[in-house]
Amino acid sequence: MAKRSFLISGVDKRLLIKDSIKTMPDVIRRRFIAGGASLGALTLLTGCDVVDSSSAEALLAKVSKFNDAVQDFIFNPDALAPTFPESAITKPFPFNAYYDLDDAPDVDGDDWKLEVRGLVDNKKSWTLPELYKLPQFTQVTRHICVEGWSAIGSWTGTPLRDFLKLIGADMRAKYVWFQCADKDGYNSPLDMRTALHPQTQMTFKYANEILPRAYGFPMKIRVPTKLGFKNPKYVVSMEVTNDYKGGYWEDQGYNSFSGS
Amino acid sequence: MSTLATTDEHISATRAKTIQPVWVRVMHWTNAVAMILMIMSGWQIYNASPLFDFRFSHDITLGGWLGGALLWHFAAMWLLMINGLAYLIAGFVSGRFRKKLLPITPAGVLHDVRAALTFKLSHDDLSVYNYVQRTLYAGIIVVGVLIVLSGLSIWKPVQLYYLVALFGDYPTARYVHFFCMAAICAFLVVHVALALLVPKSLRAMIIGR
Repeated sequence: MAKRSFLISGVDKRLLIKDSIKTMPDVIRRRFIAGGASLGALTLLTGCDVVDSSSAEALLAKVSKFNDAVQDFIFNPDALAPTFPESAITKPFPFNAYYDLDDAPDVDGDDWKLEVRGLVDNKKSWTLPELYKLPQFTQVTRHICVEGWSAIGSWTGTPLRDFLKLIGADMRAKYVWFQCADKDGYNSPLDMRTALHPQTQMTFKYANEILPRAYGFPMKIRVPTKLGFKNPKYVVSMEVTNDYKGGYWEDQGYNSFSGS
Repeated sequence: MSTLATTDEHISATRAKTIQPVWVRVMHWTNAVAMILMIMSGWQIYNASPLFDFRFSHDITLGGWLGGALLWHFAAMWLLMINGLAYLIAGFVSGRFRKKLLPITPAGVLHDVRAALTFKLSHDDLSVYNYVQRTLYAGIIVVGVLIVLSGLSIWKPVQLYYLVALFGDYPTARYVHFFCMAAICAFLVVHVALALLVPKSLRAMIIGR
């Protein structure tokens, strides 16, 4: 598990930087983020002062964009993530977030509605009982975290592509952008080709039980071809869009495609 | 005529003295830079989820945090892979691998290891690798191939599932990647120490002679 590092004792630097970015005027803010600058990125060259850190940083951001294109190119939408027997499931399946379980969003399933926005024909919001009526499938796959660890779990839900068809989404749009109930606004963009992958799922159950709070109640997007941080939990809205809207971790420097 | 002949002789004599051709030197140092970037950023990535009961000191890692280290790792990988691939192709096509690294016989290795440990190994002719060198250099090429293949397996376990299958499964590929790194670090210690003990070999890798 990653230990969060603290610049000012007790203050998480990633949250600090996120907050300070919010206070910037919009233009500067956009340029700041586009430059890949974050406190983490600013310390990239710790111990290596021979290189001008801002130009090295810009170069690394460019290579990461290039890597997005390469990964999109080699992504085969028909290649399936390996599936496993139930006996292979990791128990207990780890809870993982940048906060403790006590701080995880506690969503009231009765009030909750999935908001649908952007390039779709039907923008109606969906309640949980409505979503539960959609055909559901179970898949046992390996969840791989950007940190390197992995765990096998069982997720049940509706293929996202079926839902996108149902709501009349523009399948030629570039992204489906998810927003979550986390208090500092977790979000993540998913490229359309991955969104349409047969194993990409709107997940309502873990191990055949209603998704517990730890794993993202009421809805998680399970993407077995992506790293864990691109599997958003506590999803409250999805937007079909051609704009790259960034993401919680993507804005801090994690490679945006991050697909396996 | 005689002047020409002398010049020819002079040129071939100079050429004969070239121990490391320029392509070997360029690729060697490119690889050295790429390897160091990969290892230092790799240590920072390892720290995010250690396989063993230790972490690498922040002072010797690159990237500052996981996200920064990944940016470095996935940038330096191009340098490492393109240079490494070019080196393998050149090594096979030019016949350098065959001429310099083969044969490797157990008797020869045993003899030269014994000689090396008693400081009796001759370094008079740097253009011929002794059996210790041949074993280490051939071995590190194999490790280099393995670390790239295991790295690709960790990066693209779905697209390159057959590579993952080669190593067993995803977690095993991670261990293979780690142990290859450890092998390269061990090689580096020996390699640098020996280069410093026989400085003319280091000079040959810099200026060719």
